Amino acid sequence: MSGLSISRRGLLAGVSALGASAALSACGAKTGEDSSAGSAAKADTSGSTVKVGLLNSLSGTMAISEVTVHNALLLAVEEINAAGGVLGKKLKPVSQDGASDWPTFAEKAEGLIKDDKVVATFGCWTSASRKAVKPVFERYKSLLFYPVQYEGLEQSPYIFYTGATTNQQIVPALDYLKKQGLTRLYLVGSDYVFPRTANKIIKAYAEANGMKVVGEDYAPLGSTEFSTIVNKVKDSGADAVFNTLNGDSNVAFFKEYKSSGLTAKKMPVLSVSIAEEEVKSIGTQYLEGQLTAWNYYQTTPGSANSAFVKAYQAKYGKDRPTSDPMEAAYISVHLWKAMVEKAGSFDVAKVKAASDGITFDAPEGEVTVDGTTQHVHKTARIGKVGADGLIEEVWNSGKPIEPDPYLKGYSWASGLS
Amino acid sequence: MTVILNQSFTGISIGAVLLLIALGLTLTFGQMGVINMAHGEFIMAGAYTTYVLQQSISAAGLSLLVALPLAFLVAGTLGALLEWLLIRRLYTRPLDTLLVTWGFSLMLQQLARDIFGAPNVQTRAPDLLTGHISVGGVTFANSRLFILGLALLCVLGLTLVLRLTPLGRRIRAVVQNRDLAEVSGIASERVDRTTFFIGSGLAGVAGVALTLVGPIGPTMGTNYIVDAFLVVVVGGIGQLKGSVITAFVLGVLQAVLEYSTTISVAKVAVLVAIVAFLQWRPQGLYTLRTRSLA
Repeated sequence: MSGLSISRRGLLAGVSALGASAALSACGAKTGEDSSAGSAAKADTSGSTVKVGLLNSLSGTMAISEVTVHNALLLAVEEINAAGGVLGKKLKPVSQDGASDWPTFAEKAEGLIKDDKVVATFGCWTSASRKAVKPVFERYKSLLFYPVQYEGLEQSPYIFYTGATTNQQIVPALDYLKKQGLTRLYLVGSDYVFPRTANKIIKAYAEANGMKVVGEDYAPLGSTEFSTIVNKVKDSGADAVFNTLNGDSNVAFFKEYKSSGLTAKKMPVLSVSIAEEEVKSIGTQYLEGQLTAWNYYQTTPGSANSAFVKAYQAKYGKDRPTSDPMEAAYISVHLWKAMVEKAGSFDVAKVKAASDGITFDAPEGEVTVDGTTQHVHKTARIGKVGADGLIEEVWNSGKPIEPDPYLKGYSWASGLS
Repeated sequence: MTVILNQSFTGISIGAVLLLIALGLTLTFGQMGVINMAHGEFIMAGAYTTYVLQQSISAAGLSLLVALPLAFLVAGTLGALLEWLLIRRLYTRPLDTLLVTWGFSLMLQQLARDIFGAPNVQTRAPDLLTGHISVGGVTFANSRLFILGLALLCVLGLTLVLRLTPLGRRIRAVVQNRDLAEVSGIASERVDRTTFFIGSGLAGVAGVALTLVGPIGPTMGTNYIVDAFLVVVVGGIGQLKGSVITAFVLGVLQAVLEYSTTISVAKVAVLVAIVAFLQWRPQGLYTLRTRSLA
């Protein structure tokens, strides 16, 4: 230590250089343009098996949610293979880890299409990751099936959206809150595209429907410091919190929420990204009585659902819950299979042309693909977290709602784009 | 008024977290001058220790109490191992330690991922710590009070060790003048390892406390490492009181700015304030005058 000469500035320069090099390598991944850009990558359908890509975050802050989606995708692939495959060919899943990092998603998507020559890819959770891979799928004219509720206002010709768009989740949730007389809302979300767009829609809805947004706060994805936000929520006089936090920031948020003395009775939190799996890992003690908005719960009645729950638990363990994004992921593979079989080909253009009107007896009830928007008709459901960690439905829309990603059917949404 | 009081308590509790994560670093970086990028992973080791203990001891309160000393041992042992394997060969090359310890931190992250899986895990907090105390409209979350108490206890303990024990005297002697200390018969290598053990162990204790706030994951340490260095750098190298004051000032500043603006703006403003402060006082809040430190 005698020869030690280290200045604070030297240290900070060193630390920031490390950070900068990480950022640079990340950018490099994103700009990895290919000379064959613009031409469709040829999916390999020559052998007795075809490869399908599974692109989920198996590590990082989103892994809490995305691993379960990955499991559900594998289950669907297994079921299809057991029933003879698609067009006589068995499916070979190729898993890639997006690592909760958006440029990584783009890089892995490109690898799946170019190197593995997959016939279709299933996955992504956050809208940030979907936005990162969207140009890749469009450039190579390859198909992505996206299984998570999202903020709408998007319609890529190469993406099928099997989760809810806003008029199948957020708008019904707002209708529900309004009916309950909870009209003063505090918006808390992670700082990226989904929460910000969702909150724009919520604010437009609130203005047109006599509700009031009394506060709005965003935390960086992965953030664990929520004491100030919870204090603000507490002082705001809100009737309810509309929560669009993603990943395990929810753990920190609900721990703080409970320990500051707020409860579901005093000020309910309605979450749009917390399903059964997250309830389990956040801890039921923090979430009991809070509200969620989805299209499917493990408790949804019906024989298709009991078969799905049974198959999932047989494969992954008796105590594993099933959730909406898992269900949407599960049906996405089955819907793709039906499209391919109707088209009689793995060809992307033919599959797209065959998609309209495809139905599937899904765990959430029968779903129908809308070929124009490439979204799915779904029933909206509001649920309440019970003491056992499962979510009990307290309201549903009665019938599947037609997808309207640009909210064209809602006059208050005309200013949004 | 209650808003101000509530936010002040929030600021102090953010400060307590900062202090806990930075305390070990004031020893290893502040006293020894080692830029240890793996400090965050020692925090992670402490957090996972709590998680593992809770698998075998189901009483959440008891497992938390047992976790404190055990996490200190686990993280401290990892630290001593790092010192013995790598750092002792690099005392004269501080910028190389930066890279080596960063590599070590990546290895620890991967190890955690292999052992515990990539998804983050959570612990159950004891019921006592999920509640809160209300005094005239001001809410004190029990978990935050616990962290504050733990931080202050650690500072007190560390101060006593450094001031009163023979070990503390040896550590201070080596920091102030290594050659003279060696001449006086102090085995400086052994002192280095012990100092590193204690510093890393304190990171483990911080990890236990952080399980009360957020999730436990292989990369959780990276969330805290920059903040920890900021506290030590602003506080001034080699001084405990500098870090204590800095942690609480930064915590309160963060809380006040967050309340009146947004999280992102508050983070930027705090960093700008730190840069401005270091322009004015590049040596930090307090400095230790020694012959060995530049």
